[in-house]
Amino acid sequence: MAVSITTLEVGRQIGSATVHVTRQDLVRYAGASGDFNPIHWNRSFAEGVGLPGVIAHGMFTMGAAVQLVTDWAGDPGAVVDYQTRFTKPVVVEDTTAEPGEPGAVVEVAGVIGAIDAELSTARIDLTVTSAGQKVLVKAQAVVRLP
Amino acid sequence: MTIAPDLQGRTYPAGEPYSVGREAIRDFARAVKATHPAHFDVDAAAALGYADLLAPPTFAIIIAQRADAQLITDPDAGIDFTRVVHADQRFVHHRPILAGDQIVAELHVDQVRAMGGGAMITTRAELSTVDDEPVATTTSSILVRGEGQ
Repeated sequence: MAVSITTLEVGRQIGSATVHVTRQDLVRYAGASGDFNPIHWNRSFAEGVGLPGVIAHGMFTMGAAVQLVTDWAGDPGAVVDYQTRFTKPVVVEDTTAEPGEPGAVVEVAGVIGAIDAELSTARIDLTVTSAGQKVLVKAQAVVRLP
Repeated sequence: MTIAPDLQGRTYPAGEPYSVGREAIRDFARAVKATHPAHFDVDAAAALGYADLLAPPTFAIIIAQRADAQLITDPDAGIDFTRVVHADQRFVHHRPILAGDQIVAELHVDQVRAMGGGAMITTRAELSTVDDEPVATTTSSILVRGEGQ
Protein backbone atom coordinates (compact mmCIF):
# COMPACT_ATOMS: atom_id res chain seq x y z
CA MET A 1 0.00 0.00 0.00
CA ALA A 2 1.67 3.20 -1.15
CA VAL A 3 0.70 6.67 0.04
CA SER A 4 0.28 9.31 -2.66
CA ILE A 5 1.41 12.90 -2.18
CA THR A 6 -1.78 14.23 -3.79
CA THR A 7 -4.05 12.86 -1.06
CA LEU A 8 -2.16 14.30 1.93
CA GLU A 9 -3.13 17.22 4.15
CA VAL A 10 -0.96 19.14 6.61
CA GLY A 11 -2.06 18.42 10.17
CA ARG A 12 -3.37 14.95 9.47
CA GLN A 13 -2.23 12.17 11.82
CA ILE A 14 -0.40 9.25 10.27
CA GLY A 15 -0.96 7.02 13.31
CA SER A 16 0.76 5.98 16.49
CA ALA A 17 2.82 3.11 17.84
CA THR A 18 3.92 1.72 21.18
CA VAL A 19 7.44 0.33 21.52
CA HIS A 20 8.26 -1.94 24.46
CA VAL A 21 11.94 -1.83 25.40
CA THR A 22 13.86 -4.36 27.46
CA ARG A 23 17.50 -4.68 28.47
CA GLN A 24 17.75 -7.45 25.88
CA ASP A 25 16.74 -4.93 23.20
CA LEU A 26 19.63 -2.69 24.28
CA VAL A 27 22.11 -5.57 24.14
CA ARG A 28 20.84 -6.46 20.67
CA TYR A 29 21.13 -2.84 19.52
CA ALA A 30 24.65 -2.60 20.96
CA GLY A 31 25.69 -5.66 18.98
CA ALA A 32 24.02 -4.61 15.74
CA SER A 33 25.26 -1.01 15.86
CA GLY A 34 28.69 -1.50 17.41
CA ASP A 35 27.90 1.00 20.21
CA PHE A 36 28.98 -0.84 23.37
CA ASN A 37 28.99 2.16 25.73
CA PRO A 38 28.41 0.58 29.21
CA ILE A 39 25.76 3.20 30.11
CA HIS A 40 23.43 1.07 27.95
CA TRP A 41 23.94 -2.19 29.86
CA ASN A 42 25.85 -1.64 33.13
CA ARG A 43 23.87 -0.01 35.95
CA SER A 44 26.78 0.78 38.24
CA PHE A 45 28.69 2.37 35.37
CA ALA A 46 25.62 4.40 34.33
CA GLU A 47 25.02 5.62 37.89
CA GLY A 48 28.73 6.35 38.27
CA VAL A 49 28.54 8.89 35.45
CA GLY A 50 25.46 10.52 36.97
CA LEU A 51 22.65 8.83 35.04
CA PRO A 52 19.49 7.62 36.80
CA GLY A 53 20.13 4.05 35.56
CA VAL A 54 20.74 2.08 32.38
CA ILE A 55 19.46 4.13 29.45
CA ALA A 56 18.54 3.24 25.88
CA HIS A 57 20.84 4.34 23.06
CA GLY A 58 19.39 7.56 21.65
CA MET A 59 19.93 5.97 18.26
CA PHE A 60 17.84 2.96 19.31
CA THR A 61 14.91 5.24 20.07
CA MET A 62 15.48 7.26 16.88
CA GLY A 63 15.70 4.07 14.81
CA ALA A 64 12.63 2.46 16.37
CA ALA A 65 10.49 5.63 16.16
CA VAL A 66 10.85 5.96 12.38
CA GLN A 67 9.12 2.61 11.81
CA LEU A 68 5.82 4.45 12.15
CA VAL A 69 6.82 6.53 9.12
CA THR A 70 8.19 3.68 6.99
CA ASP A 71 5.15 1.51 7.70
CA TRP A 72 2.90 4.39 6.67
CA ALA A 73 4.92 5.20 3.53
CA GLY A 74 5.20 1.53 2.56
CA ASP A 75 8.87 1.91 1.54
CA PRO A 76 11.71 2.44 4.05
CA GLY A 77 13.80 3.86 1.20
CA ALA A 78 11.36 6.77 0.89
CA VAL A 79 12.90 8.47 3.95
CA VAL A 80 15.31 11.02 2.45
CA ASP A 81 15.95 13.10 5.58
CA TYR A 82 15.54 12.21 9.25
CA GLN A 83 16.67 14.22 12.24
CA THR A 84 16.14 14.60 15.95
CA ARG A 85 17.49 16.09 19.14
CA PHE A 86 17.92 13.84 22.16
CA THR A 87 16.51 15.56 25.23
CA LYS A 88 15.66 13.10 28.00
CA PRO A 89 17.18 9.64 28.41
CA VAL A 90 14.91 6.58 28.26
CA VAL A 91 15.66 4.69 31.48
CA VAL A 92 15.20 0.95 30.93
CA GLU A 93 14.52 -1.02 34.12
CA ASP A 94 15.86 -4.53 34.65
CA THR A 95 12.88 -6.85 34.17
CA THR A 96 14.81 -10.10 33.72
CA ALA A 97 12.91 -11.58 36.70
CA GLU A 98 9.65 -10.94 34.81
CA PRO A 99 10.58 -11.47 31.15
CA GLY A 100 7.15 -10.44 29.89
CA GLU A 101 7.41 -6.96 31.37
CA PRO A 102 8.90 -4.08 29.39
CA GLY A 103 11.69 -2.12 31.08
CA ALA A 104 10.44 1.04 29.38
CA VAL A 105 7.60 2.01 27.06
CA VAL A 106 8.09 4.50 24.23
CA GLU A 107 5.05 6.09 22.59
CA VAL A 108 5.33 7.42 19.04
CA ALA A 109 2.80 9.56 17.15
CA GLY A 110 3.18 11.23 13.77
CA VAL A 111 1.50 14.13 12.02
CA ILE A 112 2.03 15.61 8.57
CA GLY A 113 3.97 18.83 9.26
CA ALA A 114 4.59 20.08 5.72
CA ILE A 115 4.10 19.09 2.09
CA ASP A 116 6.32 20.10 -0.83
CA ALA A 117 4.38 19.27 -3.98
CA GLU A 118 7.25 20.32 -6.27
CA LEU A 119 9.72 17.91 -4.65
CA SER A 120 6.93 15.39 -3.95
CA THR A 121 7.96 15.18 -0.30
CA ALA A 122 6.11 15.30 2.99
CA ARG A 123 7.60 16.12 6.39
CA ILE A 124 6.33 13.95 9.21
CA ASP A 125 6.68 15.42 12.70
CA LEU A 126 7.04 12.75 15.36
CA THR A 127 6.14 13.06 19.01
CA VAL A 128 8.15 10.52 20.99
CA THR A 129 7.56 10.17 24.73
CA SER A 130 8.45 7.78 27.54
CA ALA A 131 7.18 7.95 31.12
CA GLY A 132 5.27 11.10 30.19
CA GLN A 133 8.32 13.04 28.96
CA LYS A 134 9.42 13.97 25.46
CA VAL A 135 12.57 11.94 24.77
CA LEU A 136 13.07 13.11 21.18
CA VAL A 137 12.52 16.74 20.19
CA LYS A 138 12.23 18.11 16.65
CA ALA A 139 12.03 14.54 15.38
CA GLN A 140 11.25 15.05 11.70
CA ALA A 141 11.32 12.62 8.79
CA VAL A 142 11.03 13.78 5.19
CA VAL A 143 9.62 11.15 2.84
CA ARG A 144 9.55 11.20 -0.95
CA LEU A 145 6.24 9.89 -2.18
CA PRO A 146 4.83 8.92 -5.56
CA MET B 1 41.33 16.83 29.35
CA THR B 2 41.03 19.95 27.24
CA ILE B 3 39.45 20.10 23.81
CA ALA B 4 42.06 21.05 21.21
CA PRO B 5 41.54 24.74 20.34
CA ASP B 6 42.06 24.11 16.61
CA LEU B 7 39.58 21.21 16.40
CA GLN B 8 36.97 23.12 14.36
CA GLY B 9 37.62 22.69 10.64
CA ARG B 10 39.60 19.49 10.98
CA THR B 11 38.95 16.68 8.52
CA TYR B 12 39.60 12.99 9.04
CA PRO B 13 40.07 11.17 5.73
CA ALA B 14 38.01 8.15 4.71
CA GLY B 15 39.44 4.92 6.09
CA GLU B 16 38.83 1.37 4.97
CA PRO B 17 35.49 0.87 3.16
CA TYR B 18 32.54 -0.48 5.16
CA SER B 19 31.11 -3.45 3.31
CA VAL B 20 27.31 -3.52 3.71
CA GLY B 21 26.24 -7.13 4.23
CA ARG B 22 22.80 -8.73 4.10
CA GLU B 23 23.14 -10.16 7.61
CA ALA B 24 24.22 -6.78 9.00
CA ILE B 25 21.07 -5.23 7.48
CA ARG B 26 18.88 -8.01 8.90
CA ASP B 27 20.52 -7.74 12.35
CA PHE B 28 20.22 -3.95 12.43
CA ALA B 29 16.58 -4.08 11.28
CA ARG B 30 15.74 -6.53 14.09
CA ALA B 31 17.63 -4.32 16.55
CA VAL B 32 15.44 -1.28 15.75
CA LYS B 33 12.33 -3.47 15.54
CA ALA B 34 11.90 -2.80 11.81
CA THR B 35 9.67 -5.39 10.20
CA HIS B 36 9.48 -4.29 6.55
CA PRO B 37 10.23 -7.32 4.32
CA ALA B 38 12.60 -5.26 2.12
CA HIS B 39 15.13 -5.45 5.01
CA PHE B 40 14.98 -9.25 5.11
CA ASP B 41 13.93 -10.67 1.75
CA VAL B 42 15.70 -9.97 -1.54
CA ASP B 43 12.52 -10.58 -3.57
CA ALA B 44 10.56 -8.11 -1.41
CA ALA B 45 13.31 -5.53 -1.93
CA ALA B 46 13.25 -6.19 -5.68
CA ALA B 47 9.47 -5.64 -5.72
CA LEU B 48 10.18 -2.05 -4.58
CA GLY B 49 12.88 -1.66 -7.23
CA TYR B 50 15.97 -2.28 -5.06
CA ALA B 51 18.79 -4.46 -6.38
CA ASP B 52 19.42 -6.03 -2.95
CA LEU B 53 18.30 -5.81 0.69
CA LEU B 54 17.40 -2.25 1.74
CA ALA B 55 18.98 -0.84 4.93
CA PRO B 56 16.72 0.88 7.51
CA PRO B 57 16.80 4.73 7.56
CA THR B 58 19.29 4.95 10.46
CA PHE B 59 21.65 2.16 9.34
CA ALA B 60 24.23 4.76 8.26
CA ILE B 61 24.92 5.44 11.96
CA ILE B 62 27.15 2.33 11.99
CA ILE B 63 29.42 3.89 9.37
CA ALA B 64 29.13 7.43 10.75
CA GLN B 65 30.05 6.36 14.30
CA ARG B 66 33.10 4.50 12.99
CA ALA B 67 34.17 7.78 11.41
CA ASP B 68 33.37 9.68 14.63
CA ALA B 69 35.50 7.21 16.58
CA GLN B 70 38.57 8.52 14.74
CA LEU B 71 37.94 11.92 16.32
CA ILE B 72 36.82 10.75 19.76
CA THR B 73 39.80 8.40 20.20
CA ASP B 74 42.30 10.85 18.71
CA PRO B 75 44.45 11.73 21.76
CA ASP B 76 45.31 15.02 20.10
CA ALA B 77 41.61 16.07 20.01
CA GLY B 78 41.38 16.04 23.82
CA ILE B 79 37.90 14.45 24.10
CA ASP B 80 37.15 12.38 27.23
CA PHE B 81 34.85 9.76 25.68
CA THR B 82 33.41 8.79 29.10
CA ARG B 83 31.88 12.28 29.27
CA VAL B 84 30.30 12.26 25.80
CA VAL B 85 26.51 12.56 25.40
CA HIS B 86 24.76 12.34 22.00
CA ALA B 87 22.83 15.61 21.56
CA ASP B 88 21.40 15.46 18.04
CA GLN B 89 21.56 13.47 14.84
CA ARG B 90 20.53 13.94 11.22
CA PHE B 91 20.65 11.72 8.13
CA VAL B 92 20.27 13.10 4.62
CA HIS B 93 20.08 10.21 2.17
CA HIS B 94 21.25 10.86 -1.37
CA ARG B 95 20.21 7.33 -2.22
CA PRO B 96 19.16 4.27 -0.18
CA ILE B 97 21.89 2.02 1.27
CA LEU B 98 21.76 -1.51 -0.13
CA ALA B 99 23.52 -4.77 0.64
CA GLY B 100 26.67 -5.00 -1.47
CA ASP B 101 27.55 -1.31 -1.12
CA GLN B 102 31.17 -0.47 -0.29
CA ILE B 103 30.98 2.80 1.65
CA VAL B 104 33.66 5.19 2.87
CA ALA B 105 33.11 8.16 5.21
CA GLU B 106 35.06 11.40 5.35
CA LEU B 107 34.62 13.19 8.67
CA HIS B 108 34.49 16.96 9.07
CA VAL B 109 34.51 18.81 12.40
CA ASP B 110 32.08 21.60 11.49
CA GLN B 111 31.68 23.39 14.81
CA VAL B 112 33.07 23.48 18.34
CA ARG B 113 31.22 25.61 20.89
CA ALA B 114 32.08 26.06 24.58
CA MET B 115 29.15 24.95 26.79
CA GLY B 116 29.69 25.63 30.47
CA GLY B 117 32.87 23.77 31.33
CA GLY B 118 32.45 21.45 28.36
CA ALA B 119 31.95 21.69 24.62
CA MET B 120 29.36 20.91 21.94
CA ILE B 121 31.05 19.39 18.89
CA THR B 122 29.21 19.07 15.58
CA THR B 123 30.60 16.62 13.06
CA ARG B 124 29.54 15.76 9.51
CA ALA B 125 30.30 12.48 7.79
CA GLU B 126 30.11 12.41 4.00
CA LEU B 127 29.32 8.85 2.98
CA SER B 128 30.03 7.76 -0.56
CA THR B 129 30.71 4.55 -2.42
CA VAL B 130 34.27 3.61 -3.27
CA ASP B 131 33.33 4.80 -6.80
CA ASP B 132 32.64 8.33 -5.44
CA GLU B 133 28.85 8.11 -5.66
CA PRO B 134 27.33 10.20 -2.80
CA VAL B 135 25.22 8.02 -0.49
CA ALA B 136 24.41 10.04 2.65
CA THR B 137 25.41 13.05 4.71
CA THR B 138 25.13 12.50 8.44
CA THR B 139 25.51 15.25 11.02
CA SER B 140 25.86 14.68 14.72
CA SER B 141 26.40 16.84 17.77
CA ILE B 142 28.00 15.48 20.89
CA LEU B 143 28.17 17.23 24.21
CA VAL B 144 31.42 16.66 26.05
CA ARG B 145 30.50 17.40 29.66
CA GLY B 146 33.01 19.42 31.64
CA GLU B 147 34.34 18.31 35.03
CA GLY B 148 31.61 18.38 37.68
CA GLN B 149 28.77 18.53 35.11
